[in-house]
Amino acid sequence: MFTFRAVGVRVGKFFRDSGHLIRPAIVLLAGLGLFMVIRGAVVPKGFGQYGHYRPGALAAIRQHPVVYAGQATCVLCHEEEGKVRATGKHAHVACETCHGPLAKHADDPAANVPTLPAVATLCARCHEKDTAKPKTFPQVVTAEHSGGMACNDCHKPHNPHL
Amino acid sequence: MEITRRDMLSVGGKLLMIASVGATFEQITGAEPPPDTYRMADHWWGMIIDIDKCIGCGNCVRACSDENQVPKDYFRTWVERYEVPEGYVNPRVSSPQGAINGFPPSQQTSLKSFFVPKLCNHCADSPCVQVCPVGATFVSPDGVVLVDKDYCLGCRYCVQACPYGCRYLHPETETVDKCTLCYHRITQGLTTACCENCPTGARQLVDFKDPKDPVHEFLRENKVAVLKPNMATEAKVYYKNLDGSVR
Repeated sequence: MFTFRAVGVRVGKFFRDSGHLIRPAIVLLAGLGLFMVIRGAVVPKGFGQYGHYRPGALAAIRQHPVVYAGQATCVLCHEEEGKVRATGKHAHVACETCHGPLAKHADDPAANVPTLPAVATLCARCHEKDTAKPKTFPQVVTAEHSGGMACNDCHKPHNPHL
Repeated sequence: MEITRRDMLSVGGKLLMIASVGATFEQITGAEPPPDTYRMADHWWGMIIDIDKCIGCGNCVRACSDENQVPKDYFRTWVERYEVPEGYVNPRVSSPQGAINGFPPSQQTSLKSFFVPKLCNHCADSPCVQVCPVGATFVSPDGVVLVDKDYCLGCRYCVQACPYGCRYLHPETETVDKCTLCYHRITQGLTTACCENCPTGARQLVDFKDPKDPVHEFLRENKVAVLKPNMATEAKVYYKNLDGSVR
């Protein structure tokens, strides 16, 4: 281009054909600018704060609602049951392990009334005889053990000692 | 009575003091939620599992499923029953429906038999994190391997990379899903749903950065192992009395 040639002549012999350099340089700079603009738009806010990921994901995962209220919450109201259980073999079995997830009940006891668990399947899951279970764990062959009676006819679930 | 400039300043000053005390009190008792006290730098989460205590009841699987709304027939944690003949040749491994309803009773007495609960090992040097092309899965500053479901493409590289088979593609969101170590619970002082509901205390959430945590005694006093140590994933789920046949 004429202008560039004129500039080249003025700066010196070395830059005579500098148009060859300046034009690609302009293209490169424009490309770089475009890259920066697009990068700014698509890379999420704070990306890389802790590592190669979005820090916002941590907060999002923490937003998940709690479904099992937890042992400590149950005994706040059901103090009596807690005391009975603490004296027996089921002392370390959490309430919700048998009664199901009850965080909603803890939030609003009236609106979310839990139902009693089905005893036959519930007890058998832990106490049905299986050679893979630890030898010290109390197990029975339910068909031979109770003669068709429900487990809680004899054993009170909160404190199963006879 | 004449009010002097001196009286004005004196009374005004007292009123100002009362008002400022009142304002501070309002700040203390106001309805503002308490500030987030959880500091990621203070924790390094993991789990310890005592094989000798597991009874294969599946309470952990059900609890996990309820807590995290895990889709049917997918599992973030599951229990395997091993039946190992002498010489460790071809152990039989079963896990009906991930043991969500426990196991049908086995009366097999000629085989060595035990239960192995499994879950994401929350590896410190995790292969699943290394292969993610977009940074959608990562090890959090407190040592939990998580998936950013809003950023995951669903390419499934990580599903293939996990040596423990702990990841799946969620059928509805079509993004990868996995155990979060109940991140929403542990960051507010609760234990995980599986540990909360383990009736025998076979699995226990631990914090390696807490000097009072029972994990330190557990690791010092027992014969422990991680799964697939040869993969050098720096798994953080430690098993007590793990049999050599377990893969």
